[in-house]
This record gives sequence, C-alpha cells and structure tokens, in this order.
Amino acid sequence: MRWLRILLAPSLLALLLAGPSFAVAPTLSQAEEARAVAIGSQLRCLVCQNESVEQSSATLAANIRHIIRQQVAAGWTNRQIMHWMTARYGDFIRLDPPFNRLTLLLWVMPVLAPAVGLGIALGASRRRPGPPPPLSDAEKRRLASLLE
Amino acid sequence: MIPELGNFALALACCIAATQAVLLLLGAQGREVRLMAMAPGLAFGQLIAIGASFAALAWSNAVSDFSVRNVAEFSQSQAPLFYKVTGTWGNHDGSILLWCLVLAICGAAVGAFGSNLPASLRARVIGVLGAVAAGFLLFALTASNPFTRIWPPPMQGQGMNPLLQDPALAIHPPILYLGYVGFSVPFAFAIAALLEGRIDAAWGRWVRPWALTSWCFLTAGIALGSWWAYYDLGWGGFWFWDPVENSSLLPWLTGTALIHSAIVVEKRESLKTWTVLLAIVTFSLSLSGTFLTRSGILNSVHAFAVAPTRGLFILALLGLVMVPSLLLFALRAPVLAPAGLFAVLSREGAIVLNNILLCSIAAVVFTGTLYPPFAALLAGEQLSVGAPFFNSTVLPLAVPLVLAMSIGPALSWKRAELFPAFLRLWWAALAAAAVGIVAALGWHGLAALGFAGAAWLILGALADIAQRIRLFRIRFSESFARLAGLPLGAIGAAVAHAGLGVTIAGIAGMTLASQRVVFLHPGQSTDFAGYRWTLQSLDRVPGPDFVSRVASLEASRNGRTVAVLHPADRKFPVQGTAVTDTAIRTNLLVDLYSALGNVRNGGAEVRLRYDPLAPWIWLGAVVMALGGGLSLADRRLRVGAPARRGARVPV
Repeated sequence: MRWLRILLAPSLLALLLAGPSFAVAPTLSQAEEARAVAIGSQLRCLVCQNESVEQSSATLAANIRHIIRQQVAAGWTNRQIMHWMTARYGDFIRLDPPFNRLTLLLWVMPVLAPAVGLGIALGASRRRPGPPPPLSDAEKRRLASLLE
Repeated sequence: MIPELGNFALALACCIAATQAVLLLLGAQGREVRLMAMAPGLAFGQLIAIGASFAALAWSNAVSDFSVRNVAEFSQSQAPLFYKVTGTWGNHDGSILLWCLVLAICGAAVGAFGSNLPASLRARVIGVLGAVAAGFLLFALTASNPFTRIWPPPMQGQGMNPLLQDPALAIHPPILYLGYVGFSVPFAFAIAALLEGRIDAAWGRWVRPWALTSWCFLTAGIALGSWWAYYDLGWGGFWFWDPVENSSLLPWLTGTALIHSAIVVEKRESLKTWTVLLAIVTFSLSLSGTFLTRSGILNSVHAFAVAPTRGLFILALLGLVMVPSLLLFALRAPVLAPAGLFAVLSREGAIVLNNILLCSIAAVVFTGTLYPPFAALLAGEQLSVGAPFFNSTVLPLAVPLVLAMSIGPALSWKRAELFPAFLRLWWAALAAAAVGIVAALGWHGLAALGFAGAAWLILGALADIAQRIRLFRIRFSESFARLAGLPLGAIGAAVAHAGLGVTIAGIAGMTLASQRVVFLHPGQSTDFAGYRWTLQSLDRVPGPDFVSRVASLEASRNGRTVAVLHPADRKFPVQGTAVTDTAIRTNLLVDLYSALGNVRNGGAEVRLRYDPLAPWIWLGAVVMALGGGLSLADRRLRVGAPARRGARVPV
C-alpha cells in the first residue's frame, strides 16, 4: 500500500492547494455520484448539530462533499476515502462509530437487549407454577364429604 | 403587576401541590375518609392557580412587557400576536410552566373523571401527581422563574427564534407535552397500586384510557415535529435520529409497549409487574426527554457547565422521581402475583414478544443517544452516533416486530394454534411477498422490505377485521351487521396497525426519493425527475418582522404546467438570522419539493426533490392516532362512567 500513498500524496496536495471551493467539480457518472452520496451520508458535518455532510449547507460540508467527489473520480475505494477522513478528522466524523473497546456496549446492545428480554420472559414462564397436582385420596374423600 | 400576580399564583400552585401530596398520601395510608375526599378539590385548586400563572405569562408576552426578562429575551413587539402568545412556551422557562400546567390538567382530569375509582386509589393517584408537580413547580419558582423582572426594561425584545415562527412548531410543544405529561397518570396509578399492594383487571381498565390518550398525543406530536423538519429545514429529511427526536421516540416506544401489556392486565390479569414497571419507565423517559434536552445536557456536555444549578436541580428531580419509584417497585412488586397463565404461543405471548422488541429498540436508541456525551465525559473521546448506526441496528429489531404485529391479533388468548392463524393470514402473506418481489425487481432491497412490511401490516389488519365479521363466509348483509356491532377497540387496533403500515410505506417510498441542487438564473430551466423546472422570477417581499426573497419556480410536464412553487428565504433583522421556506406540491402520492439556497449574481441555488409517498409518513401517524382514539371510544372503557349509565328515557 506504500506505493499507493506515495502516488496519492502529491495529488492530494494539489487538491488542497487548489482549494476545494474553487476547484472545478469533477463530472461523475450516476453510479459514482450515488457512491459519493452514500459516503457523504456516513460522515458528520463537523460544525453542525447532527447533520451529515450530504445534508448540511455549511461551507465545511460543501468542501468535504467536494473532496469526496474528487476522490471518487480518482477511483478511490470507499474504505480508502473513509480512512482518509478519519485520519484527518478523527472518529468524530463517522456517524457510524467504529467497533472498538470503547464502543463495545453500543454495538452489543442490539443483540444484548432482546437476549436479556427473551431470557427474562422464558425465566418467568418457567417459574410459573404448573397445573396443581392431582388430589390425594384423603383430599378426594374430603371433597366428596363436602359435596354431599 | 400582572407578572407579580403570576409569580404569586405559581407559588400558590406549588404550595397546593405540596399539600396535595402530603395530605392525600397520609390520608390514604391512614384511611382518613375526610382527607381522601379532598383529592378533587386540591387538584382543581392547583389547576386554577397554574392556569392563572400561565395566563399572566401569556399576557405579558401578548402586550410585550419587556420589563419581564423572559419576554425581553424571547419576544419582540412587531411579531404577530399569534406568535407572541405561542412564544410563551417557545423558551425554557415558559415551556416548564406549560409542562406544569399540563400536569395540573392531568391531575384535575383524574379528579373529574375518577369518581368511579376507590377513594384510596384516587387519593393516592392525585397525591403522587401532586408530589411530582410540587418538585417541578419548585424548580420553576427558583431555578427557572419566567417572571423575573429586569430594570431598566429594554426598548425592544431580542425576538424569538425565527425557526419557531411556524404554525406547526407553535402547536407542537403543547401536543407533545400532552403526550409526555399524560404518562404521569399511568405512572401515578402504578405507584398508587404499589402502595396499595393490589393490581387487578379493574386497575388495567382504569390505566389504559390514560395511557392510550397520552400515546395518541405523543404520536401526533412526534409526527408534527417530523413533518416540520421535512418542510422547514429545507433538505427533505424527516427523521434525523437527533437526541431531541430520540428522546421523544423513547417514551413512545415504551408507551406503545405499555398500552399493549395493559390489555393483558385488563383481560387476563397477567403481566402485572411488567406493566407497572413499564408505566414507571415510560414516565421517567418522558421526564428525562423533556428536561435533559431542554437543559442541553444531551446535546453537549459543555452546556451542562453553562447553567450548573439548573442542570443539577433537574438531575436531582429526576433522581427524586425515579429512585423512590424503582425502590418501591423492587420492594412491592413480588406482592403482585400473576393470576392468568398462558402458553408461549398465545396472544399474551405475542404481546410479550412485542414488549421485548419495543423495549430492545428503546434500549438501542437510549444507548446510542447517551453514548457520545458519556464517552466524552468518561473516556474523553469524541464520538458521533448518527443515522447510519440507528438505521442499521433498529431495522433488524423492527422486522420481527412488524412480522409479529399481524400474527399476534390472529392468535387466541391463553393458548393458540398456528394453523387457524395461518388460515386467516395466508393471502395477506402471499400478497405482501408479491409486493416485495415486484419492488425488489423494480427498485432495491430496502424499499422492497419496506413495501412488503407495509402490505403485510395493512392486509393483516384487514384480515383481522374480515375474520371478525366472517366476510365471504356468511351473507354480505350479515357481515355488514357484524361490522357495525364490532367493539370499537378491535377496529381501533386494526386501524392503528394499518396506520403503521402506511407510515412504513411512506418511509419505503422515501428511500426512492431523488434530488438535485442546481443554480438557475431567472428564465433558465432544468430537467429533473421527468419535469421541466423553470425559475420564472426572484422577488423581494417585505413581511411584518422579516424580509423575504421569493422565487417562482414552474414545474411542467410535456409543456403543461403542473405546479408553480414559491420557495423563499426569510431574513429577520432583529434576530439577525434567516430561515428557509420550502414550497411543496403534493398529490398525496408524490411530493414535488423545492427549497431556495444561496442567492448571488441575480441567480439562485435551488434544491429540487421528488419524494414518492412522502405524505404517507405523517398520514400513517394520523391514522395511528385515530386508531387509538377509536379504541378510547370503546364502550368497555366507559362502562364504569356513571354519567353514561343514567341515559334519559324519552318521555
């Protein structure tokens, strides 16, 4: 992958020098544009309240949208683009947080919660008393005498 | 003078609420008939006091009395009267007063409609409501008093947030609060039942109307908020998984579980402890939803430091409500032995599954919402948990929920067989599968899943009704007679389930939406989604307290004009902010959506959207709330009402 980085470094530098807001937007095919939108919806607009860069009208979001489109046009894979973004802005930019020790509980919850719920429900149905045991002979006699 | 009267009324309300709590709870404990009989009177008194206080604040807003700090900060004299009045609750202090007002309305409603309750239960319910009210009224009086004066008063107020100057958002808080605060009544019933140590079918029957009413309002409130986000924020999203939205969704999820498990308490005397716990949890979530978001703790940990007294007060209040109730639950819950037994495969079993899944979704949303602030607080890490996380984790839990939603009503109570349910539902399942396959071929997997689920829910609800009226198995006129005689509860349930189907269809439709952002000069046009969009003109129009720029955008198809849209932006000079005004043309099947972006060099950036089935999202919520309303009107929930008994015989 080293050669890739060496190749990419100057092109990125050029990209930054050009200044994203003035650079000409690359023309993307429909599939490429869809890919760019999909990536952009995974990224947080860092200066907004809970909006993705695809949704936000902030300048920073517009710049990131632009960078994504240039990277898509340059043929980067989704993974490479996400990697570039997190290397630059940190995990904060990912609306889908990474799976690691810190986010363990977060990612386990969708499995843990129903499992605990089912466990409690099954436990409760076990603990429930079954049908009462059949009457003993003595009880039957007593019942008969009561009924008479 | 008026604000001082309001302040006095607020203090009076706080005292009445405290009296209510102490006298009624002690009275019920000691079986003092005279103390317990004071319950309705105290509840009405509290309502009158808070009503007066709220009216005083609304008056100060209406006449723009800028010597009141709250009015000076959030109002201004040129705003239309409607927004001056709705601005009363458009800020933190005023909204807490509204919250207390709604709580008092709930207490008074229990006093007014609760004459068929046992005296001690009624006294305890109103006493618990009084205790909650006393705490929050004390908060309103000390930490967030809306009646504080400032001297010298400014000549002009700072104006309300322009985003709030919108009819939907103006009525959104009261409706949402009716839902949030309404759950205080089931909560009070739960605490009262724990104190009494007794829960029976009658308890379930008393609680359900309250839970159902709150649920209807909460459904409508959430839908209204989502609709506002769609048409006002200007980019066509309807749900952001934002902390504020999530905190309204959480009580909705557990509240939905509550209204279902309360049915089991009512009909089968089972799931009692669980229902009590749900009532406590739902109200706790409502409380934390209102106050944590309002205080800004959830959005950012830093906001907590800005107003530490307020934040601490709220946390202390939340603790005071939640800890004793959960403690009481732990102590007394074992007393409430279940009476009705049921097999795993039964309608009770299906409702248990519904509860597990709804609560799991709630747990996931809860963790996701609280994770970023806690990660920042405890680990010092900046994290985002956004839409992609929630979409991918909630979907796998929602699919079995939707699947079970049509099967559950087809099962019988206590012990059920799968085969009769299959006989009822096979055609709905086939049709849903067909819809799914067609959608998968035409569009993509996610839309197919959504449309199939929607068809399954709507047809499943139809199948439920068809079974009850024995459609096609007896003569049509007899079926019709049966339909007229069906309990409204059954119709309401089917309507509400179908309503969720409509909402899901809308969401699935929105996954097929397309949009384009273009820069147009007047006279230029662009082709998008089969329409030709022409920017006809771009004008400046002055408003009462803003200046707006209005575009005229013509959408035409094959040379024929379909719609002329007027997207605009409004600049508010007093507040120094701007909002966008979208223009939407809908035919209930598809929305043509346009929003105005940057205007420069005589041209404008416009965002065009083609949103299939978008209105169905909110239409479905209306249908759901309507189903709840039908269910509320069911005779069985009114049987105890003495007023109905005394039907007059015509002479």
